[in-house]
Amino acid sequence: MKKEILSGNEAIARGAYEAGVKVASAYPGTPSTEILETIVQYPDINASWAPNEKVALEVAIGASFGGGRSLAAMKHVGVNVAADPLFTLSYTGVNGGLVLVTADDPEMHSSQNEQDNRHYARFAKVPMLEPSDSQECKEFTRLAFEISEQFDTPVMVRTTTRISHGKSVVALAEPVTGLPAPKLVKNAAKLVMLPGNAKVRHPFVEERSKKLSRYGDTHSINRMELRNSDIGIITSGSSYQYVREVLPEASLLKLGMVWPLAEGLIRQFAAKVTRLFVVEELDPFIEDQVKAMGISVIGKEILPVCGELSPGRVRLAFASIGIATADTGVPRQVDKLPGRPPNMCPGCPHRGVFYSLKQLNAYVTGDIGCYTLGFMPPLNAMDTCVCMGSSISTASGIVRALPEAERQRVVAVIGDSTFLHTGVNSLMEMAYNKSPATVIILDNRITAMTGRQDNPASGWTLMEDPTNAVDLVQLCRAVGIRNVRVVDPLDLEQTRQALKEEMARPEPSVIITNRPCVLLKREGVFVKGEVLAVDVEFCTGCRACLKLGCPAIEWRPGDGRKGNAYIDPLLCTGCDVCRQLCTFEAIKKREG
Amino acid sequence: MSDTITNILLVGVGGQGILLASEILAETCKLAGFDVKKSEIHGMSQRGGSVVSHVRYGREVFSPTVPEGEGDILFGFELMETYRSLPLLKKGGKVVANNLKISPPSVLTGQEVYPDDLAERIRQSFPDFLLVDGQELASEAGNPKAANTVLLGAVSRQMEIAEEFWLEALAKMVPAKALDVNRRAFMLGRKL
Repeated sequence: MKKEILSGNEAIARGAYEAGVKVASAYPGTPSTEILETIVQYPDINASWAPNEKVALEVAIGASFGGGRSLAAMKHVGVNVAADPLFTLSYTGVNGGLVLVTADDPEMHSSQNEQDNRHYARFAKVPMLEPSDSQECKEFTRLAFEISEQFDTPVMVRTTTRISHGKSVVALAEPVTGLPAPKLVKNAAKLVMLPGNAKVRHPFVEERSKKLSRYGDTHSINRMELRNSDIGIITSGSSYQYVREVLPEASLLKLGMVWPLAEGLIRQFAAKVTRLFVVEELDPFIEDQVKAMGISVIGKEILPVCGELSPGRVRLAFASIGIATADTGVPRQVDKLPGRPPNMCPGCPHRGVFYSLKQLNAYVTGDIGCYTLGFMPPLNAMDTCVCMGSSISTASGIVRALPEAERQRVVAVIGDSTFLHTGVNSLMEMAYNKSPATVIILDNRITAMTGRQDNPASGWTLMEDPTNAVDLVQLCRAVGIRNVRVVDPLDLEQTRQALKEEMARPEPSVIITNRPCVLLKREGVFVKGEVLAVDVEFCTGCRACLKLGCPAIEWRPGDGRKGNAYIDPLLCTGCDVCRQLCTFEAIKKREG
Repeated sequence: MSDTITNILLVGVGGQGILLASEILAETCKLAGFDVKKSEIHGMSQRGGSVVSHVRYGREVFSPTVPEGEGDILFGFELMETYRSLPLLKKGGKVVANNLKISPPSVLTGQEVYPDDLAERIRQSFPDFLLVDGQELASEAGNPKAANTVLLGAVSRQMEIAEEFWLEALAKMVPAKALDVNRRAFMLGRKL
């Protein structure tokens, strides 16, 4: 059998391929993005980016209703966006198997919250599988499609960042054959969810959960590992690996299906051990249910609710009650060092916009993307950021609460992909209710933060086909914005002037910037400029250029004399913004 | 095969090619017949921020992350990040690092200073610390961009895996046109 080292995301894609998936849809979001980027490489799967997670799930629902197996993937907060169809999908059930992957991000490595999406499974009354490594990612995805069809339910597969981006060895298998061909079937009682029909489906859903719980009592996806009977631990996902690492002698109940819980199996296990624990990341999800069964168990009394677990954190928890020793888990200290936070790239077209916003003393409602980094020093030019698409509606609300004198300081900043995700709805609200705020759409032609994925405005599909592109100017005009203008964000004066005029205007307005992401590799889109250098004869050490926070510009302290700025020629992309800031003409094109 | 797990940490700055180096390392371990797991973070942390990649191999590996204070080998792509990550190592762990400094934003803007004695500080705790002039040796191999492969060669000396598996992994993971340079770079590092 062929073995490959795959990430959890790659293994989920492989599992979907082996399960005969026909359609896969997603909106990119760390740590889920690579699932679709991998799936598109397999033959006979229609894989695509959707404008947002709700649309992605609905595309998958359509494919399932048509009889094909389908998959939707998203990060944890994406499920909030997709929650509306999810809860009713639970009632309709499926035709072709449907799997929704939720990639959670405990520790918030790349997210704005660390919500525990296991609650969605209980809330929407759908089964949830939780793999512990890449092999299980593949196996559980395959199994999820079988469960979906056997029990007429969507199935959620939940990963966490360490599972999604962790890599381990996976044994590959051949795709299934003999799946029924997709076709149109009329079945309004199942697929038209009006009260009369939904009232019939709800009892079905309740009965389904009971059947799934019994299925979990005997299916090998949940397993007991009986070792020392003094200590028994119920665990799942990456926590299982940490427990194996730290307490190799403990007896374990490893749950592969975390909803519905296999109550019979949990009772059996509890009866076999002296002291029972639950080790799980984030919320006491399993713990609360076990307690509700009337079983005494220890969990969050010793384990943290916040942040991800690790072997060290599990060790500390059990050391606190004398079960493990903590001596190997205590990190030694090193002297304090300068921090290394992420930063916008050299030549990033967003930098000059944030510089101008700061100069104009704007109050910036921000959004989710690379440009959220505009809040960092030295730019410090973002004041709010809540969720995808919220910048525009937040601005709209703020201006309605503010006295007139302060209104014009409010500017919403949003990227092209985030605008199309949910920002466009907010813009409709702003136009409709005539909120006099200014919106900047930073159109860099790509979904940059997650690693450069195409979107409905980029002109390309995930399958690399040229396609229709949204015209952002026309779209803004069509929703009712009368003042729409396009600016070159690398021209500071033009940008500042446009901002000044639109901020002063007592009407809604949109400014669209037109420079691509510097990391865009598609030929002819991003073109590097001429590399710049500092002429030390002219540099007075005023540090004006350093206020941009460009990684290519460095302060060099002089020995005994005034220091000067230096531009790293390997990092400079020739965006020219720093040159426009230098009043002493010390920044010039680099010679030779 | 013993039950011992070997823990390797690759640390540096986002954009330095740490992920590719850790892929080659993991592939080598797999080819040599070990179970292997690897973990790192993508996304926000990559925009010039600190990056830590974990690679663990042995007969059977559980956690994909190295337990704190149990690292056997620290493979540093940049000096400050190497120093910052020392607490992840066990006492007597090996440190191999590129002699390269990349200034973080607060240093670029002149608000903080990049300490100039980090190599000495590392050597105080880890006396056999190997500091490698990666760019220089890579230029000798034919391309300064192959510095990571020089370092990989130096790290390979600390692991008991036959040379053939390293070369097989390189051939699998490195683009064909860059393979010769990378092979030379690897061997230069391995001879240090």
